[in-house]
Amino acid sequence: MTLWTTILVASAVVLGTKLLGYLVPASVAAHPRIQRISDVLTVALLASLVVTQTVANGGAIVVDARVAALVVGAVLLRIRAPFIVVVMAAAAVAAALRAMGWAA
Amino acid sequence: MTSSTVRASVSMSLGVAAAVSLYGISFGALAVASGLDFWQTQVLSLFMFSGGSQFAVIGLAATGAPGLSIVTAAGLLGVRNGLYAVRMSAVVGPGFWKRLLAGHWTIDESTAVAIAQTEPRAQRIGFWLTGAAIFVGWNAMTAAGAILGDALGDPRTWGLDAAAAAAFLGLLWPRIQSRQPAAVAAVAAVITVLTVPTAPAGLPVLIAAAAGIVMAILAERRHP
Repeated sequence: MTLWTTILVASAVVLGTKLLGYLVPASVAAHPRIQRISDVLTVALLASLVVTQTVANGGAIVVDARVAALVVGAVLLRIRAPFIVVVMAAAAVAAALRAMGWAA
Repeated sequence: MTSSTVRASVSMSLGVAAAVSLYGISFGALAVASGLDFWQTQVLSLFMFSGGSQFAVIGLAATGAPGLSIVTAAGLLGVRNGLYAVRMSAVVGPGFWKRLLAGHWTIDESTAVAIAQTEPRAQRIGFWLTGAAIFVGWNAMTAAGAILGDALGDPRTWGLDAAAAAAFLGLLWPRIQSRQPAAVAAVAAVITVLTVPTAPAGLPVLIAAAAGIVMAILAERRHP
């Protein structure tokens, strides 16, 4: 699959899922079990993506400036900092550590 | 009474939209840093229009994951939108074109703002205003971020790789405030660390998702 094909197919799948929700009878999809499985699925995927983005480098686990940045991000989320502040602070921490040569 | 609940809905919609739109800058910048061009980035914001899935696409594309696992991960992250749609169906009401547009704009934020309102009219306004404002703001900011990102050069120098990690953590955070989802997140994280060195790119995320579904089913058995 080329990158363009991937982007178009993935977009069609995500958009199609939203539209499908307006077609199914509420009694089927609003079932509490379906809701709970969907919640768990979302949490598992996002947690896995956090790890991939933080310590994966190709096929290896690497501890670098991203880990310190994520810790700062977690502290900011803990004190309810706005989303954009969390993201920018993480970038700033990683950039600063690299500029000073303290972390890769 | 009506006007005050409507005012509250409007102000919540615009506040949420402003915050989310701003964050579109980081999506645009990170997308071009991941190797997408300007239009590939913009097409994701225009048509996919779901933050979690969009970040999954660029995050996995950056690791060289095959197209099929990118599509699967983005699709699975989009499942919740389908469930939001079921909840929003009554708020949106009948009419083919109206429901088509509502479907496109059914995301975390438009659903959350609608659900937070008590009156049907305030719910409708909350859903449509949040959806429309985020669609416009998110796409404008994506374009700005993509242009800015192109001009920045090596993304690592600016910590954009770390910003992507923090973005996923920010999406995850509100969902792990009780013990069970926090445990699921921890297990998924450990599985990912263990599978990254051994499994092909893109697969660890799907293995973690499968483990999540198994955990959900086991929990259902214990507490039906």
